[in-house]
Amino acid sequence: MKFSLGPVLYFWPKAQMLTFYRQAADSDIDIVYLGETVCSKRRELKFDDYIAIAHMLREAGKQVCLSSMTLYEAPGELRELRKYVDNGEFLVEANDVGAISMLQQQGLPFVAGAAINCYNQHTLRRLVSMGLTRWVMPVELSGQWLSEVLNQSIIADIRDCFSTEVFGFGHLPLAWSGRCFTARSENRSKDQCELCCINYPQGREVKSQDGTQVFVLNGIQTQSGQRYNLVNQLSTMQGQVDIVRLSPQLSGTFDWLAKFKANINGTAPQPLPATDSNGYWLNLAGMAAG
Amino acid sequence: MELLCPAGSMPALKAAIEHGADAVYIGLKDDTNARHFAGLNFDQAKLKDAARYVHQHGKKLHVAINTFAHPNSYQRWQQAVDMAADAGADVLILADIAVLAYAAARYPKLERHLSVQASATNAAAIDFYRQFNISRVVLPRVLSMQQVRALAHSCDIDLEVFAFGSLCIMAEGRCYLSSYMTGQSPNTAGACSPAAFVNWQDNNGTLESRLNGILIDRFAPNETAGYPTLCKGRFTVGSDTYHVLEEPTSLNTLDLLPQLHAEGIKSLKIEGRQRSPAYVAQITQVWRAAIDAVLATPERFNVQPQWQQVLATLSEGSQTTLGAYHRKWK
Repeated sequence: MKFSLGPVLYFWPKAQMLTFYRQAADSDIDIVYLGETVCSKRRELKFDDYIAIAHMLREAGKQVCLSSMTLYEAPGELRELRKYVDNGEFLVEANDVGAISMLQQQGLPFVAGAAINCYNQHTLRRLVSMGLTRWVMPVELSGQWLSEVLNQSIIADIRDCFSTEVFGFGHLPLAWSGRCFTARSENRSKDQCELCCINYPQGREVKSQDGTQVFVLNGIQTQSGQRYNLVNQLSTMQGQVDIVRLSPQLSGTFDWLAKFKANINGTAPQPLPATDSNGYWLNLAGMAAG
Repeated sequence: MELLCPAGSMPALKAAIEHGADAVYIGLKDDTNARHFAGLNFDQAKLKDAARYVHQHGKKLHVAINTFAHPNSYQRWQQAVDMAADAGADVLILADIAVLAYAAARYPKLERHLSVQASATNAAAIDFYRQFNISRVVLPRVLSMQQVRALAHSCDIDLEVFAFGSLCIMAEGRCYLSSYMTGQSPNTAGACSPAAFVNWQDNNGTLESRLNGILIDRFAPNETAGYPTLCKGRFTVGSDTYHVLEEPTSLNTLDLLPQLHAEGIKSLKIEGRQRSPAYVAQITQVWRAAIDAVLATPERFNVQPQWQQVLATLSEGSQTTLGAYHRKWK
């Protein structure tokens, strides 16, 4: 089992990003996803900056993959996507089928990210024929769903053509909107957002009126209020999940990586903090903990 | 410019046709469509009745099969396609890549529209779905009018937009908020914030709505209590309690009708298969009149106050919005 670092979903200043990726280079993470996946207005790091970080990580022995955006609405955003597709060196994670379309036209392999709607073996087979080499299943699916897909005879002959990855740690990306909720929380419109996401390096907490944390606002993205944490499910993933993804958090990401690695076989289980959930994997409501 | 109206039952379907719909869209009585609600939708026999009735009146029937097929019951989605084709549907509204591929191969002459649940918001995504020979794309409700215009200019494919009804504020087909709270989402179960998880409680005059135990909103005695759709609840951020994601409001694009017409938008979709026949009748009547007016003299189109009055009474919280079409909403 390998571990990956997902793209940073929050808007961090450039210096903080560089520090984080130097830590990543020194860590024993296997795979690193890089890129802005949430909002095209966030430009602390530009494409060339990401490529420079990618080189640094590759030299440190990491496999690097460029993550593209999830919600493309404007032609300018597609031009930026084109740069990712044409990067010439690194595998690209598609989070919108538009990216798959461009990658396929270039004959390039791709990772289908969790926001690609691949829910069954027939869709998976089709995507493999288009160049999919790694499948990150939608975050709302369970371990049981994953095994039901992988055990279908229709994909038996292509099972060696792709690896599987599961989002295993961090606040789950649950929705994307035309509207910016962080700007709205400051009484601004998206056009006048003044890039206020940079003030919320772990997003903004949303609580119910009786105090339950329900969501986290991250610009146009809405995340789970609970932190998703599959540290105690790793041993049940054997044979089905090749890579477990940790989504960068403001702090503690690499400490949790160590805890995950220690518990691959279930020999070092961790008490699950009350702020964590694992419901989706266990076929429960996402916010539940089982 | 087509007026495409919703129907969750035969009476609603008849109301839509009688009041001027050019086409009606319906779903089957299971989780193969995104309005899988108790007591709603069409079984095989009713589906045939619907097709017969619609065709007798020279109109078209669209069948939505727009959830994502489950691994162990994929056949149900295939059967839904077979059933719709067999009943004589004119159009299938599809979202799952596997179901699109099946329909394109098995029924190449049966028109395929890309469901809003497929979440195609840009020209590259539309290009992706051309492999299934789709003839129309239903655009998600996250785009501004300017973005809709750009797509209309850059894509040589028919576009359909939502004109009126409940407003999804997230990119459809990629919203998992409902399964996060309840385990059931539009993609997997064909329902958002399902009724089975809703609970109401009166606390000394304050009405509380909950979804699977989570407090979605509190209503004072003088407030109108709305259904606890989770993205329209009042929550707290910092020290402010407000509609964090969106108010309970309905999308209403009457004001944009001349622009939508000028851009060659092929179809205006009215949301609401879960609504009553009376609702469908009223809404269809207003939009029929408005579309006829814009088709007759687009340059002199004016929104009639009586249209807006009717639509306001049919709206969530009696409020309407232009939603993402209007940049300021974002």
